[in-house]
Amino acid sequence: MSTSTSLSDAAVHNGFVMTERDRELILATQAGLPLVSDPWAELGTKLNMDADEVLSRFQTLQDAGVIRRVAAVPDHYRLGYRYNGMTVWDIADDRIAELGAVIGELPFVSHCYRRPRHLPYWSFNLFAMVHGTTREEVEDKAAQIRAVLGDACRQHTILYSSAILKKTGLRLRK
Amino acid sequence: MRLDQTDQQLINHFQRHLPVCERPYLEMSRQLGISEQEVIERLQSLQSHDVVGRVGPVFEHSQAGASLLAAVAAPEEQMDLVAARINRAPGVNHNYAREHTYNLWFVMTAPDYELLEEHLDELEQELKLPMLRLPMVEGYHIDLGFDIDWEALS
Repeated sequence: MSTSTSLSDAAVHNGFVMTERDRELILATQAGLPLVSDPWAELGTKLNMDADEVLSRFQTLQDAGVIRRVAAVPDHYRLGYRYNGMTVWDIADDRIAELGAVIGELPFVSHCYRRPRHLPYWSFNLFAMVHGTTREEVEDKAAQIRAVLGDACRQHTILYSSAILKKTGLRLRK
Repeated sequence: MRLDQTDQQLINHFQRHLPVCERPYLEMSRQLGISEQEVIERLQSLQSHDVVGRVGPVFEHSQAGASLLAAVAAPEEQMDLVAARINRAPGVNHNYAREHTYNLWFVMTAPDYELLEEHLDELEQELKLPMLRLPMVEGYHIDLGFDIDWEALS
């Protein structure tokens, strides 16, 4: 059984239809772009395409939203952010859209999502991920979030990560 | 690895987006005021030290099928066993131990929601632990990184 995700079943979106050539390009770039002066030409040699075609397909995948962004993604843990706190908040339903947007805009929040409650086991409906070099730094950031939320927040807690047991990016099935 | 100011600038400028154009590293080098070759060498070095995971596309998960955050409360003495079973389950790409009653948090992916539910049901039966299933209802800020405080890190 494959442990990866297939893009083929979601190949049609935003009016964009993914072709076999696009899939080949995704496979060739999902571990990263070649670090050479003309990465598109190098990919083209591998994929038997012109450099122009590689670049324009790549841009089309980006425009269609298959590629969310292209970046040099840092490993925060390696940079020294040893503390990863998943802060979770119980927010009044009628305030969550407005407040979620505000919390998501805070410069130190890396992810911010609304998720369902599972009462009585789980009452938190807003998740905001924060990172710090120390626990105090994470707590200080959580306190800043708390201040923004005010009386719309009924309770909250921080779930620190104690070990990363698995972390892999999205991989296309070969 | 010690990062100098140029490495820091490189990460600050391009951790969210880098230019998708004919000569991306040349374009980056212009923005940083260094040569194209130096950009390439610095990226290679950052990558080989695992400071930068990859230089390239981040795929949109929701367009690649279904994914879901789930959690279980594993008895302390069974943590390793339960974690190993979760890691073996199809489509699990993240699994974090966290300090809480719900102590294992993982993301499972599948080509569609039907299959995802099936795989989660199977895992839940295998683990014999109730599973919190927490699909994203709305995203307010989706994995765009955050501003790095280099002074705090130094």
